[in-house]
Amino acid sequence: MSPDKLIYMANQIGRFFAHQPGDKAVANIADHLVKFWDPRMRSAILKHAEAGGQGLQPAVLQAVLTLRADAGQVAG
Amino acid sequence: MSLISEIDYGTPASHADKTVTVTIDGFAVTVPEGTSIMRAAMEAGIQVPKLCATDSIEAFGSCRLCLVEIEGRAGTPASCTTPVGNGMVVKTQTGKLKKLRRDVMELYISDHPLDCLTCAANGDCELQDMAGAVGLREVRYGQEGANHFDAVKDQSNPYFTFDPAKCIVCSRCVRACEEVQGTFALTIDGRGFASHVAAGMDEPFLASECVSCGACVQACPTATLIEKSVIEIGQPEHSVVTTCAYCGVGCSFKAEMRGEEVVRMVPYKDGKANHGHSCVKGRFAWGYTNHRDRILKPMIRERISDPWREVSWDEALGRVASEFKRIQAQRGRNSIGAITSSRCTNEETYLVQKLVRAVFGNNNTDTCARVCHSPTGYGLSKTFGTSAGTQDFDSVSEADVILVIGANPTDAHPVFASRMKKRLREGAKLIVIDPRRTDLVRSAHIEAAYHLPLLPGTNVAMMNALAHTIVTEGLVDEKFVREQCDGEAFADWAAFVSRPENSPEAAAHFTGVPAETIRAAARLYATGGNAAIYYGLGVTEHSQGTTTVMAIANLAMATGNIGREGVGVNPLRGQNNVQGACDMGSFPHELPGYRHISDDIVRGLFEKDWGVHLDAEPGLRIPNMFDAAMDGSFQGLYVQGEDIVQSDPDSKHVIAGLKAMECIVVQDLFLNETSNYAHVFLPGSTFLEKDGTFTNAERRINRVRKVMSPKAGMADWEITQAIAKAMGVNMHYTHPSEIMAEIARLTPSFSGVTYDKLDALGSVQWPCNDTAPEGTPTMHIGQFVRGKGNFLITEFVATDERTGPRFPLLLTTGRILSQYNVGAQTRRTDNATWHAEDLLEIHPHDAEERGLHNGALVRLESRSGATSLRARITDRVAPGVVYTTFHHPDTQANVVTSDYSDWATNCPEYKVTAVQVAPSNGPTAWQDEYQSHSRESRRIDRAVPLPAAE
Repeated sequence: MSPDKLIYMANQIGRFFAHQPGDKAVANIADHLVKFWDPRMRSAILKHAEAGGQGLQPAVLQAVLTLRADAGQVAG
Repeated sequence: MSLISEIDYGTPASHADKTVTVTIDGFAVTVPEGTSIMRAAMEAGIQVPKLCATDSIEAFGSCRLCLVEIEGRAGTPASCTTPVGNGMVVKTQTGKLKKLRRDVMELYISDHPLDCLTCAANGDCELQDMAGAVGLREVRYGQEGANHFDAVKDQSNPYFTFDPAKCIVCSRCVRACEEVQGTFALTIDGRGFASHVAAGMDEPFLASECVSCGACVQACPTATLIEKSVIEIGQPEHSVVTTCAYCGVGCSFKAEMRGEEVVRMVPYKDGKANHGHSCVKGRFAWGYTNHRDRILKPMIRERISDPWREVSWDEALGRVASEFKRIQAQRGRNSIGAITSSRCTNEETYLVQKLVRAVFGNNNTDTCARVCHSPTGYGLSKTFGTSAGTQDFDSVSEADVILVIGANPTDAHPVFASRMKKRLREGAKLIVIDPRRTDLVRSAHIEAAYHLPLLPGTNVAMMNALAHTIVTEGLVDEKFVREQCDGEAFADWAAFVSRPENSPEAAAHFTGVPAETIRAAARLYATGGNAAIYYGLGVTEHSQGTTTVMAIANLAMATGNIGREGVGVNPLRGQNNVQGACDMGSFPHELPGYRHISDDIVRGLFEKDWGVHLDAEPGLRIPNMFDAAMDGSFQGLYVQGEDIVQSDPDSKHVIAGLKAMECIVVQDLFLNETSNYAHVFLPGSTFLEKDGTFTNAERRINRVRKVMSPKAGMADWEITQAIAKAMGVNMHYTHPSEIMAEIARLTPSFSGVTYDKLDALGSVQWPCNDTAPEGTPTMHIGQFVRGKGNFLITEFVATDERTGPRFPLLLTTGRILSQYNVGAQTRRTDNATWHAEDLLEIHPHDAEERGLHNGALVRLESRSGATSLRARITDRVAPGVVYTTFHHPDTQANVVTSDYSDWATNCPEYKVTAVQVAPSNGPTAWQDEYQSHSRESRRIDRAVPLPAAE
């Protein structure tokens, strides 16, 4: 999975929720990723976020980092 | 089985509430006020002789055969044009009437060829029937007088002939073209003895505006207009009611048969989606089922550069199983998946997703709805609570304002478009939001009140501007919003759309549409009475497709246009079973009935029923599959009935993904573009060769009925079941009705659906359950499915696909009436007569700047790729916008489209691609290379020569 493409897609999601207050936006972005992204996509974007998350919007980076909570499943 | 003969009541039904009672030939009959005497008589089983009347069109009163006598009234009025009155006493057969009718028939027959024995309509001719009914025994005038026997037959249309020598000038064809189809291609030219049916400007049918819908052929009482297939084969002997396999209207047809040979497809009057109407595809374009290109034997090959090798079903299925198992063993459980088809039945798509979840052990199942209406599912579920349209098609007859955005129903949903046009002729107002001047904007007796020709990619800006006008000018239906919607969400939304950046004045900058036009359209939508929105892929196939769907839902809620007849939000689905494929759990994140795979309770129901553990994680969507193939984690794909190489965007990327896979299995009727990269080919069956159901755009579940044996030996559902078996799982279905029983058992919105019920009622619209045992035509009555309607903020975000000096034009793509999707079916019929190649529409200004003339070969290039095709210079497109179709693999329009997609669903952004157009002197290097590979990859080594398909 190309990180560039995943970054672009994640930021697109972030942009839709951008009008929402910080915590709510982060939660909704994370929820969308969990519900619609295959685990290998989540795993790849999480890896990128953990390496600094260059290119990710701040709320998106925060949302991606919350995926660590289910990283055990994600890694599968 | 027998030939289904529907009752012709002569005139349309009256829908008046008040009834009247009349006595006809001694029988009392009670009918709605306004019913004709002819229809009332037929209700009582009394058939008044007639020629110019048929119940699909209004009474005309020209043939003078249906005369009756009414007690207390002078003369012999025509029963078709005379409405019943309370207490009226009618006689349909008297000595006077008998003589009059016989005299009339004598005149007709004196100018009609007496070649009944060799006439193609022999056995299905109303003139012949009426001659018998009135007891015609002689024609005193002979046939030597002036006549039309030498009139030249028009055979220009590929599907039917027009023989003026046999015409009785009853005008049924002319009226059907006007009233049923709404094209107004026919007229009666000349006067008196010279009067005759004329197509267009008295030109051959093929050269006229005729759209070949078949309504005239259906209405004709003689052999004047008759199908060429009937001329060639003869009259059918039995018929079976089934459902068209083309667009999302889902028309019911009688397949009229002689043995296992289709004689003709005739639209079924009791079909609740089409009420007896059809288009050129469903009515005539079924010849592909017998085309010589059909593949009838399974085939395999080691490498995509090898020729195909015909093998037995066992060997082919064994190869599929062994390869998929090998890949999973080497690369993990999630390394294989499947793509289901919106062209296959509900039962077939259900089985494919079951195969993936229960046998493959993952959720890598997706459907071609991914690339068309996936934003509809997401957007409407978040706002209304249900991933489907809100109305039935009949609802349009109650609409006062019709807003069409991003849809071209006269080409893509023609039978519904005819209904819509009828309502517009009755006075409903029309708003069209579309970059192109589609036929709906201005055609015979129809003119849009407002056409908003926005720039591609600016739908959200436009919808927000409409909402801004409605909110800031006090046009919100406050009672509806207060009672049925989430108040807090509405307040946030109202504040958002009221901002200056969402005003029509601001939107004009992005959309190119004057602010005052936007405001006027908004006022009409909000205040014009019942307002209904119809939309298509011009809404969904954008990077903000889902956002536009939400914005549409917001607009309908704010104006109270939800929850009754005549209003609503209506997605026009592209293919025949897009709705059904989505309903059946084809998406990787949800089980049948739109329930997320992570829901433990729902997943538990399926686990218990199927006896397996199911993965709780969502699988790969189609575009993600190609990406995963490139990184090596996805290596096996089963594609049922889809041609992703031709239909999906950025063809080079799709092909790169397919080439990276180790085993691709294609199940289809023909070797298609995707099969160029496949290792196993499994021959599929047409809709005529299997049982099942399709669900159309109005959530209507219609039966598909088998009329002939599967030519390759297995129906598609049997093939999927055989793959499961080869992989070690027995499914044990013996008939698709058993699959539907399982669907109903596990899916609440289908819980009341059975084949017996569908046979009894004809069709039902889901939800069909204990609360609504006969289905649900209109949704969200009194309350939204999700409880309170949810307004969502829809910020306009311009697409990143931008024009610039290198690519200054915007390309948008679409469909044409005569072709269907990738054209695999329609290109193999005479529909190619109307559209033999994809053309690039370009505005005269842009053409002149580039030195292009009409018909010139041009190079269409984007950042993704280039193709060559011919130009059509037209002002249907605005300056700066070009348009083409994607029906022909020689063009491969999708080599040009980009990789951008919708933020929520990954639905591709087909509708906006920055391009340049320049003169060309031949195919592009890509086209040459692709065609060469395509030819090579379709070689077949046949051990034993196969008999040609019929």
